[in-house]
Amino acid sequence: MAKITLSDLRHSYLAQPRVPEDYALQHLNIEWEDGGAYALLGPSGCGKTTLLNLISGLRTPSEGRILFDDKDVSDLPPDQRNIAQVFQFPVIYDTMTVYDNLAFPLRNRGVDRATTDRRVREIADMLEVGNLLKRKAAGLSPDNKQKLSMGRGLVRDDVNVVMFDEPLTVIDPHLKWKLRSKLKELHQRIRHTMIYVTHDQTEALTFADQVVVMDLGQVVQIGTPVELFERPAHTFVGHFIGSPGMNVLPCEVANGTVRLNGVPVAVDGTVDSARTGRTELGVRPEFVSLAESGIEATVRRISDVGRHAVIEAMVGDHRVAAIHNGENPNVGDTVHLAFQAEQTRVYADGWLAMQEGTA
Amino acid sequence: MKTENQKAWFFVLPVLLLVAFNALIPMMTVVNYSVQETFGNNQFFWEGLTWFEQILNSERFHNALGRQFLFTGLILIIEVPLGVAIALSMPRKGIGVSVCLVLMSLPMLIPWNVVGAMWNIFALPDIGLLGYTLNHVLGIPYDMTQNPFAAWVTVIAMDVWHWTSLVVLLAYAGLVSIPDAYYQAAKIDGASNWAVFRYIQLPKMKNVLTIAILLRFMDSFNIYTEPFVLTGGGPGNATTFLSIDLVKIALGQFDLGPAAAMSLIYFAITLLVSWLFYTLMNRENLNDYKEIEQ
Repeated sequence: MAKITLSDLRHSYLAQPRVPEDYALQHLNIEWEDGGAYALLGPSGCGKTTLLNLISGLRTPSEGRILFDDKDVSDLPPDQRNIAQVFQFPVIYDTMTVYDNLAFPLRNRGVDRATTDRRVREIADMLEVGNLLKRKAAGLSPDNKQKLSMGRGLVRDDVNVVMFDEPLTVIDPHLKWKLRSKLKELHQRIRHTMIYVTHDQTEALTFADQVVVMDLGQVVQIGTPVELFERPAHTFVGHFIGSPGMNVLPCEVANGTVRLNGVPVAVDGTVDSARTGRTELGVRPEFVSLAESGIEATVRRISDVGRHAVIEAMVGDHRVAAIHNGENPNVGDTVHLAFQAEQTRVYADGWLAMQEGTA
Repeated sequence: MKTENQKAWFFVLPVLLLVAFNALIPMMTVVNYSVQETFGNNQFFWEGLTWFEQILNSERFHNALGRQFLFTGLILIIEVPLGVAIALSMPRKGIGVSVCLVLMSLPMLIPWNVVGAMWNIFALPDIGLLGYTLNHVLGIPYDMTQNPFAAWVTVIAMDVWHWTSLVVLLAYAGLVSIPDAYYQAAKIDGASNWAVFRYIQLPKMKNVLTIAILLRFMDSFNIYTEPFVLTGGGPGNATTFLSIDLVKIALGQFDLGPAAAMSLIYFAITLLVSWLFYTLMNRENLNDYKEIEQ
């Protein structure tokens, strides 16, 4: 178990990167506490797997250092970093039994027989594969195979970090939920530092204490699930997290007043006028309601998702989603929308442009 | 409710006809010869199992069969590990892949009798490149036309040269199908190179290697052209393998009855060994992958 520090990390798959676009991973500075549960969340191709491979040592960073407990491991190969990684597709050793699979990482490191046996049985029980120990691994079902590859990661008690690279991709939906809670439970029991890579917000938000949201090789925001939901630092985070995502609407800012289609809108505190660029208003559908007066909009579509309805209305040329309970208006109706002021913020060129401490 | 009818047979008919004309009917003529004696003029006399008894009891057949098993055994022992070793050392990406694949395929594209002729010239003691080098440059006495051991070495070297590529290509196909994650996981698990080979590469190559061994067994067990052109079965009978002996009996001595009986025995042995090998390998596979959770 270790604290992980990424310092000025950059990575490019090209030998001679010149422009910033050549980098799959832009300048990164992150510190991960010992024993924490972290998630790397982002769309496909955002660099999260690259980052994972840099930490595990499968790739060497182009620039910057990686520290485990202040020890520089940037140039060490994976087996010397003492880490564990679980891959997207279950990697198991077909010809070995379940027991031998779990014992493999320990035997390779010369751990004595008694300790190996104890650890293997412990982990097998935690993963509920204790009754399968003598079976050949080849015949296991996909979820048990993935449990087995997780088990190989967890079986060493001295690992610095356990990393999961979208481990639930191949698992059936009804088992996904089970494995996810199993994983959370395992983390609470063994307290290894864990990093979980995924593009699924539900997986990231349920697993992690801290979520790192990435886009285009950059870290966009690091925060707890609640922070990401309530105070997105970037319109991308607003879009990406939440279902439906945050409404982002072009707006004008003049003399501290925010106007949407000419109508003044109350926002959460004071706009940071130091930030310039294209200004947009961000508000989550959860905080948009139908009101007697306010911004005029035309209802375009209503989708009933069971617990509530999602109303899509047009404000000028822009779509605004609102989560609504109760009587639904008709499609084509003109309605008035109210934005909850403390959840409405201004973004400049995508980044949050509100003064700190005004929330 | 399943309705049963016999319509399926109708669809199998074309295949049956085809197999009948290219296998069953020619085979039946062989069966016909194997139980009769003929003196020409289309006169046949019933002999029952006489020819089979004669062949099975003849020392000549035993010797040829022994040589055949020795040859096949030796080339399998050499070609399979060598093929796997070459496949392991071939590049996995880049321009090297196509270069290697083309180089590997070349020997297999050469007609069998050309291979025999090439090696014959190559190995001639006084003028062949190999023969001359061994005899006159390195001073090792070598004459495959006189010395049975030299003849065997040459025949085996020729087969290894000609057919190791087949094992290489099949093993390589098995190797490249292994996802990168397996190697990465093995690295993280601290596995040694040997462990990677033993627990990842070998199991993934198992199926293609089964095919490779089966093909090499059948081909080498039926080998005729190359040793016939290279040594003519000599010196003496030293490299007279089953098929060479069969042709000598059938076309040299024109003993059609015994030759037909020998053909059938030969065929039965090849079929039996192939079937045994395949069944055993397959059964183990099935056990491996049997779904263990219901």
